[in-house]
Amino acid sequence: MKMNLTHFEASLLFALFSSVVLGVVSRKTNRERLHYGVRCFGYFLLAVFGLGWLMYFGHR
Amino acid sequence: MSKTKKKKEPIPPINLWGHILAVAWLVPGGGHFLQRRHGRGAILLGCVAITFIIGLLMRGTMFQPQTGDLLTTIINVGGFIGNLASGVFYFFTVWLGYAQPDVAGHVHDYGTKFLVAAGLMNILAMVDAFEIAVGRKS
Repeated sequence: MKMNLTHFEASLLFALFSSVVLGVVSRKTNRERLHYGVRCFGYFLLAVFGLGWLMYFGHR
Repeated sequence: MSKTKKKKEPIPPINLWGHILAVAWLVPGGGHFLQRRHGRGAILLGCVAITFIIGLLMRGTMFQPQTGDLLTTIINVGGFIGNLASGVFYFFTVWLGYAQPDVAGHVHDYGTKFLVAAGLMNILAMVDAFEIAVGRKS
C-alpha cells in the first residue's frame, strides 16, 4: 500500500499535526493551547499559499 | 531602558525527570501519561503516530548516520537523530525490516520529511514532559 499525496495535501497534513503539537506543548491553559494551535495552522497556510504564488510567478 | 538578564535555572536532580524523559522518548506522549496528563499524552501520541505512519505509507527513507563534508554530516546525522527520536516506532520499523532506498520523487521526499517530523514532534513532547516533571509547567 502506498499513499500518493499531492504537494498541497502533504503540506496541509504536516501543518495540521505540527500545529496541534505546537499548541499542546507551548501554552498553559486549554483555551490558550487551542488559540495558539489555530494561529500556527493559519501561519502555515499563509506560508503555503504565499510560497505557492511566489513560485508560480517565479516560474512564469 | 535597562535590560534585565534572566537568571539561568539550575538543572534539577536527574531522579526527578530521568525516567520520565526515557519513557517520553520511547513512547510518544508516555511522559505525559506517566504524569497523569492523559489528554495531552493521547493527542501527542496520536499526532506522532499518524505523522510517522503517513511517512511510512509515502515510502520515506530512514537516514543513516553518514559523515563526510559538513552538509552531508548535518543532513544525515540530523535526520538520523530525528528518526531515532520517534522512539518505539523507529525501533519497530527497523526491526520489522523497513529499508526503503532513497528514490527520486516528491512523494518519497515528503515521506522522508514526515518520518523526521514525527521525531521532532516527539522531542517537543519530551521537553514538555521534562518541564512538567521539574515543576516549571502544570
